[in-house]
Amino acid sequence: MAGNIEGLNSVLAAAKAENRAALVGYLPAGFPTVADGVRAITAMIEGGCDIVEVGLPHSDPVLDGPVIQTADDIALRGGVRIADVIRTVGEAHAATGAPVLCMTYWNPVDAYGVERFAADLAAAGGAGCILPDLPVEESETWRKAAEQHGLATVFVVAPSSRDERLARITAAGTGFVYAASLMGVTGTRESVGREAQDLVRRTRAVTELPVCVGLGVSNAEQAREVAQFADGVIVGSAFVKRLLDAPDLESGLDAVRTLAGELAAGVRGRS
Amino acid sequence: MSSELFVPDPEGRVPDASGYFGAFGGKFIPEALVAAVDEVAAEYEKAKADPAFAAELADLLVNYTGRPSALTEVPRFAEHAGGARVFLKREDLNHTGSHKINNVLGQALLTKRMGKTRVIAETGAGQHGVATATACALFGLECTVYMGEVDTKRQALNVARMRMLGAEVIAVKSGSRTLKDAINEAFRDWVANVDRTHYLFGTVAGPHPFPTLVRDFHRVIGVEARKQILERAGRLPDAALACVGGGSNAIGLFHAFLPDSGVRLVGCEPGGHGVATGEHAATLTAGTPGILHGSRSYVLQDEDGQITEPYSISAGLDYPGIGPEHSYLKDIGRAEYRAVTDDEAMQALRLLSRTEGIIPAIESAHALAGALEVGKELGPDGLLLVNLSGRGDKDMDTAARYFGLYDEQGEGAK
Repeated sequence: MAGNIEGLNSVLAAAKAENRAALVGYLPAGFPTVADGVRAITAMIEGGCDIVEVGLPHSDPVLDGPVIQTADDIALRGGVRIADVIRTVGEAHAATGAPVLCMTYWNPVDAYGVERFAADLAAAGGAGCILPDLPVEESETWRKAAEQHGLATVFVVAPSSRDERLARITAAGTGFVYAASLMGVTGTRESVGREAQDLVRRTRAVTELPVCVGLGVSNAEQAREVAQFADGVIVGSAFVKRLLDAPDLESGLDAVRTLAGELAAGVRGRS
Repeated sequence: MSSELFVPDPEGRVPDASGYFGAFGGKFIPEALVAAVDEVAAEYEKAKADPAFAAELADLLVNYTGRPSALTEVPRFAEHAGGARVFLKREDLNHTGSHKINNVLGQALLTKRMGKTRVIAETGAGQHGVATATACALFGLECTVYMGEVDTKRQALNVARMRMLGAEVIAVKSGSRTLKDAINEAFRDWVANVDRTHYLFGTVAGPHPFPTLVRDFHRVIGVEARKQILERAGRLPDAALACVGGGSNAIGLFHAFLPDSGVRLVGCEPGGHGVATGEHAATLTAGTPGILHGSRSYVLQDEDGQITEPYSISAGLDYPGIGPEHSYLKDIGRAEYRAVTDDEAMQALRLLSRTEGIIPAIESAHALAGALEVGKELGPDGLLLVNLSGRGDKDMDTAARYFGLYDEQGEGAK
């Protein structure tokens, strides 16, 4: 069975046709448990996310701040396995029809087997993968497997990326481009800097792919601000924090749904 | 003089242009760090071609560090090593007390050349942290050192030394709270502050060019030792031994001997409570190829690619990865790696202290324990060279507890 890259492309195209940004939400699988994680991801989509990224928790999340580190710890201590992550992708997609990507570090994919991972993710209905510590130079094996199985390969670009690298990276990517709004790890920030807008402008100059902005976005106001210049707005830590801060699961799911709704209004607020 | 003190691999065998030593190495880093890592590589190439760089580094190594370090024969210790002759390369006598200063001074000069004003580093035993704090004091650079919380406790002396030198020491509370987690936290800092910050990586692991650059700054160990042992013993050793955590002192010793096919290169890994118990950090003995901290090498991991928690009594060796060049040397059969348990290392530490009046670091004691075994295998005609990578002052609390020296009635006090 082929992966769902087409579903991803058409959701991004539909948002563009509506003259709005797409809303992309992130939560790790297995958090707080595998079953409740599926509920949380589903709630995120029901609340208004167009696309979701399911995190495959890693023991050494060097690009994540304390919030996602905590969630990854909880998931790993709960015994989450790669098979559970793939099942989570499949169940979230089956329940909602939304495109679901996997986001993780390269070592779990390498250890599981590149071809096997792509095949299993595609079979579950996954739309693609974001592998932020796999630079384009090391990505050929993955890209071949992804292409063969109908999966998107979403590369991350950063404010420090020079124009010639942006061209090289985006030429190898599919689905969309993940533009990191700032130099740093995941986590909520007070404001989204001007760096993000400049990076989106430079990225647009070298690719036709949609450009979605992530890192630091946590509320409707920031989502609205980013939606002025980006094709998509990616929110992760703010969702995780809703679940971590909630007194119980049900109120956590409510908070996730509410936040998704607020952000969904934000990405529709182009002036 | 400078030609003998700064000696990058003259033959350029490995790595290749992408930073691969055979199947190992490479550059698995986030896009946000690509520009900074490329800048380090470019600056290092320029520095290598600049005689002024070699001259400045050589001056520091002689007049600040105290190189060349001594080569000491240890006959009373050698009686316990099957009667083989044993020579120690005394990196413990370097300023700051270990080999780490060799690499730190080189990278501190690179930091200045790149115009960066802040340095971050990870440390396990604190030896790399102390060396980095020292160089930052010397060059007027701001310094932050990440250290696992477990290690800040077992190496408290070095935490105090770093703070005395003006460095900020951050105790890392994530994961296993040891060296691996300190490196994770240093990478997080680097991504956020890369404009003005150099990550002064302390071992021969990490993304290209760090395994090459750190190796080149430590090659002086083997270059000196090879010459010294030829002068003193009249021939090359049968084996050269060093402890391996990330592998910097070992690669520094081994590299000059790579073309000498008659010299066995023996890396001594931290066997902890024994490899069979699962409580160890013997990456090359028990690991499988994977990616950790920016390069492909052997790592301790489960079948899902999750890094497993290492264990060693030695904070400096308590690491689930290994430099990629060691993985390469293992796979091509040029070097051999064996596990040494906590107990074997501690017995060797006490033996050297009591037979020769030299208290080694627990890290280095792993190599001494390896030498006791290899010496017995070789017999009285054997000639061994051991890298004594650091001194043991920092380990006296751990050793005193281990041997019961705080308790007059303790068994170890006898």
